[in-house]
Amino acid sequence: MTGAEVAGLSVERIQTGLRGREFSAVELAEAALQHAEAENPKTRAYLRFSPDRALAAARRVDENLAHGVDLGPLAGVPIAVKDVILTAGLRTTCGSKMLETYTPPYDATAVTRLENAGGVIIGKTNCDEFAMGSSNENSAFGPVRNPRALDRVPGGSSGGSAAAVAQGTAVLALGSDTGGSIREPASFCGVVGVTPTYGRVSRYGLVAFASSLDHIGPFGRTVGDAAALLRTIAGRDEMDATSAFAPVPDYAAAMKEPVKGMKIGLPREYFEGLRPEVGDRIERGVEILKSLDCEVRDIAMPHTRYAISAYYVICTAEASANLARYDGVRYTIRSKYSETLSDMYRNTRGEGFGAEVKRRIMLGTYVLSTGYYDAYYLKAQKVRALVARDFSEAFREVDAIVTPVSPFPAFKLGEKMDNPLDMYLADIYTITGSLAGVPCMSVPCGNTPAGLPVGLQILTRHFDEVGMFRLAGAFERAGGSA
Amino acid sequence: MKITEKEVRYVADLANLRLTDVEVQRMAVELDQILTHVDLLNEVDTSGVEPMSQVLFDAPETATLREDRPRPTLGSEIATANAPLAAAGCFKVPLVIER
Repeated sequence: MTGAEVAGLSVERIQTGLRGREFSAVELAEAALQHAEAENPKTRAYLRFSPDRALAAARRVDENLAHGVDLGPLAGVPIAVKDVILTAGLRTTCGSKMLETYTPPYDATAVTRLENAGGVIIGKTNCDEFAMGSSNENSAFGPVRNPRALDRVPGGSSGGSAAAVAQGTAVLALGSDTGGSIREPASFCGVVGVTPTYGRVSRYGLVAFASSLDHIGPFGRTVGDAAALLRTIAGRDEMDATSAFAPVPDYAAAMKEPVKGMKIGLPREYFEGLRPEVGDRIERGVEILKSLDCEVRDIAMPHTRYAISAYYVICTAEASANLARYDGVRYTIRSKYSETLSDMYRNTRGEGFGAEVKRRIMLGTYVLSTGYYDAYYLKAQKVRALVARDFSEAFREVDAIVTPVSPFPAFKLGEKMDNPLDMYLADIYTITGSLAGVPCMSVPCGNTPAGLPVGLQILTRHFDEVGMFRLAGAFERAGGSA
Repeated sequence: MKITEKEVRYVADLANLRLTDVEVQRMAVELDQILTHVDLLNEVDTSGVEPMSQVLFDAPETATLREDRPRPTLGSEIATANAPLAAAGCFKVPLVIER
């Protein structure tokens, strides 16, 4: 099997190929690893590969096939995993010097589930340090390049996962999203990226950034592929008390249902300050939805403009608490030059964390400190409630909300690194859905005249991933992604 | 100015974070810029609004509590395996109490 053949595979094609004995899972895994290793110098999407683990998983698939044992829905599928998701015995660094040699003692639930479904993990992907960033330039191990334009960022923080799928070196990838970290890179790289309902996928084994906002979600080249991975990893897990009991429907079957008469809201607040080349593609996307007999109407979501401020108070506050554990005692690195315990904490953290992580720890500590708690943290939580209320009110009128994912396409490496606030504003359209905890996704919506991908964001009610996939699937079939 | 260099040093202390002088200067400028943007929140009337600390669903509160039963743990050897300095299943740190 050639690299080009690997790059064109879908989940469904792999299932027919394996069952029809066109290729074995081991052959596929070997070809995928070879292809990924050969392509990686262009983008640096992967931090490391896991050939032993991949081949062991592939051999299990081939043995099951030989013995007539039922194959799982992801049998043989090459999958990349973001390096903030724990893999037992396989180094997991979070893109940080702080965890450069950390080898987790257990697997994340999402990892266990995708491997139980026959999935083959081929490597760990690069990301912004502790998932903090919108460009992947905050990785301690160097940036990822966008496979669609190598002088541009892939988006962040799950930039490596998005780039791996876009480059065709993995069929699927796991990412994590706190304020847009799956959807923004999916949109910049031209792939499908899904942030499911908060609690839909267990966070057990996801290194915590902001616990009330963190999600694990899938990337794929098609809506069907991403839905297949979500279905595998979703559902209650007693290791995560916030994971939801709601049953997991068959997304693939639901996707085939018609979208005629579906009510779609366009919040006017999301169409201000948009680059024209992005706006043009989104407008064309909306025309396609109309041609599918969806009822499109304008809606108002008045608290949208406050979402960034609320988000950067809440996420940094939670991060300052979650990252307190990296103190030189339990995790791999310790400053060499400390006589007292207190110096050891301070020096280890000062040496181990990068600039953006320090900035967020500082902001979070500040907004939680005496005298500022009510003015910043409590106020932000109240504004979060109002942003969420905007959604619940909108969803009384409409079944889905459609917006751009980002106001601009992938920007150049280095372009926003000198201005943290400017970088934060890249998340302006993705943050709101994160605050409300509703399911949201980026589906490819064509390219700008310069050839840069644009993503259409679809948001639906809590636990209505079915409605989201149905609309995204119909959009894709109607040629919306071309 | 919303935040001074002196305050930056105080907050860094609370956060157990060693910052260089250059970092303190840069942090003061950047945090000031971000906090100024965050001031937008003051435009919003939040009287009577309950703070949202978690995404909540219509499930009984106890539904998320699992049964309290013993289960195997990692054990101290595995749990300390990533520590920079460990011995006999314990984490080792610099001297805390003077003898």
